[in-house]
Amino acid sequence: MSQPEHDAYAASPRTLEVEDLHVSVGDHLVAVSGVSFQLRRGEAVGLVGESGSGKTLTCRAVLGLLPETGEVDRGSIVLGESDDRVDLIAAGRTVWDRVRGSRIGAVFQDPGSYLNPGITVGRQLVEQLRVRGGLGRTEARERAVGLFTEVGLHDPAGVFQLYPHQLSGGMLQRVLIAIAISCEPELLIADEATTALDVVIQAEILELVARLRRDHELSLLLVTHDLAVVAETCDRILVMYGGEIVESGPTEQVLTDPRHPYTRALLAVATIGDWTRRTLDVIPGQPPSAGEEMPGCRFAPRCRYATQACVSAPVVTTEIGPGRSARCVRLDELDTEPGAVLVQDRIEATA
Amino acid sequence: MSTPLLRITDLSVSYALPRRGTGLGTGAALREVSLDVRAGEILGIVGETGSGKTTLARATVGLVTPATGTITFDGVDIGGLQGSALRGFRRRGQVQLVFQDPLRSLDPDLTVGQLVSEPLAIAGVPRSEQRVRVEEAIGLVGLDPSTIHDRLPRQLSGGQRQRIALARAIVTRPQLLFCDEPVSALDVSNRNLVLSLLDRLRRELGLAVVIIAHDLSSLAGVADRIAVFYRSRLVESGPVEEVLTRPAHPYTGLLTASAPSVAHEDRLRPADLRLEQGAEPPKGGPDSCVFLARCRFAHEACHQQPLTTPLPGTADRTAACHAATTWPSQIATTSTSTAADQPAAAG
Repeated sequence: MSQPEHDAYAASPRTLEVEDLHVSVGDHLVAVSGVSFQLRRGEAVGLVGESGSGKTLTCRAVLGLLPETGEVDRGSIVLGESDDRVDLIAAGRTVWDRVRGSRIGAVFQDPGSYLNPGITVGRQLVEQLRVRGGLGRTEARERAVGLFTEVGLHDPAGVFQLYPHQLSGGMLQRVLIAIAISCEPELLIADEATTALDVVIQAEILELVARLRRDHELSLLLVTHDLAVVAETCDRILVMYGGEIVESGPTEQVLTDPRHPYTRALLAVATIGDWTRRTLDVIPGQPPSAGEEMPGCRFAPRCRYATQACVSAPVVTTEIGPGRSARCVRLDELDTEPGAVLVQDRIEATA
Repeated sequence: MSTPLLRITDLSVSYALPRRGTGLGTGAALREVSLDVRAGEILGIVGETGSGKTTLARATVGLVTPATGTITFDGVDIGGLQGSALRGFRRRGQVQLVFQDPLRSLDPDLTVGQLVSEPLAIAGVPRSEQRVRVEEAIGLVGLDPSTIHDRLPRQLSGGQRQRIALARAIVTRPQLLFCDEPVSALDVSNRNLVLSLLDRLRRELGLAVVIIAHDLSSLAGVADRIAVFYRSRLVESGPVEEVLTRPAHPYTGLLTASAPSVAHEDRLRPADLRLEQGAEPPKGGPDSCVFLARCRFAHEACHQQPLTTPLPGTADRTAACHAATTWPSQIATTSTSTAADQPAAAG
């Protein structure tokens, strides 16, 4: 896949701007802290991290769908520019009704659970088109079949009549994508949308998303734990750890020349396209849990380069190139360490 | 070569008769599968949802009865076991099953100690011996028995839970471990931890391990051999590196080409193996090759399901494809030419 320059979208209008976002869950446990990023029209950004890194909460905050105990403590989320500008933090019910499903579409990991099992998938798409899109009955039906064709479902008129249980996981995800793009949104959010699918179907869905992006100038926010999926799909990557963005930049640069020890470790443990028998690396320890107080770097307890300076004072995000930044105090020193081994296959006896 | 630990010959399993008008399946969950598992090896089984991977595991532990074929474990035909003989086999725990989601497969009300000792009680191990065996098993999976013994499953992290599920499986000192998607629910780091643990257990305990997975990254690095299933049939098997770098079945090729990759190296693209965009899929009858409708290399012979046969010119490899030796060269010619659309090659 082509790798555009980091500023290929600099001239495009801004679709989404998240600024200094802080989200807490439960009893004011900080789960996302100081997350900032931008998405321009047509751009794809991948949000990567282990479970509990705050990537899903970040995207739920953008969708206004935080869990009941979740709360945005600070920061701003703005959709669109100038006339289309909507402040999503301040948005009330009526604003969300005009935004969610219309200007922001979303697909998730388990497509089956987002559809009503008792209604045909065709009718569920028609409903969306009539309620959100304001189309008439016949028009909506025609458009629905057109959308099913566009997302690559064979026999779209036949699929229209089927119930969710009659479709495979890959087909259901295509239906969900059809519903998500039905109102021509400017932003599509995909949260682990291909994780549960087998690789062949995953590749098809990723190709479909890439095509829709091109055809509709969609901005894509892709949330995944799989670096390889980001490598194939996204222009930029944001690596999250413990609720913070630890490294960001153009996908190819970050993956070929990772600067943050956590990004390096993630790449080392990812078993991608290497089928040989070997010792598998493991990042020792566990990620911090939400609300854990840590004055310094949150990765420090698992980082073999951690020094006193890492744990005693807050670590700031440093610009390390055009469109690239990393949050590590030892960036300059680490770059001189050749072929550093960051991970170990030790299995600790800890509980 | 010595007799394999597990020999599956011509195994077919059927859950229910086909229901007319539903358009659902044929009722066959496995068809004519022959597969060996040798002592001390790690065999990876891959295939999409519904391809028969789990059915194979269930048949081997005696949870489903085969329609035809035999399953010989350590010299005993377990397909033919019934009543108390079957119960006895299951209770001894010589073959153990580990499931994908330990949160659902572990009883939430039992402590780690109770969970791990339960299989021993069923196998009839005296109480006095149980405590020691439980601690040994928990230690083997890299956890500290004294701190973890009284915890409940929900008080453990995902990786710890899966390790407890493993401890519960190895506590009966099985010879064969079937792991059904053991790492699908885990993060990469924990995934590697559990996989290396399986590798270590097979070295230290001489266990044979079968890892069932729907994606290749859940096997990469530990499996010695791989068996690829498609629609209830075994379509290819052999040493993992050879099979994945030089696949003999177009479906295996599609699997490896579809695996996302960080590097943008030259490799097969999924489009090289899929049917042309908009092309009418080949129509087949009930006897046709299971992959026919998705195969770019289908020809006349493919209207008869090919048998899984040894691959010419290799040791220890099998494939069920009429074009096994010819399709890779057809790809080479199509992908080196720059033309956007090539006519569908027929073999």
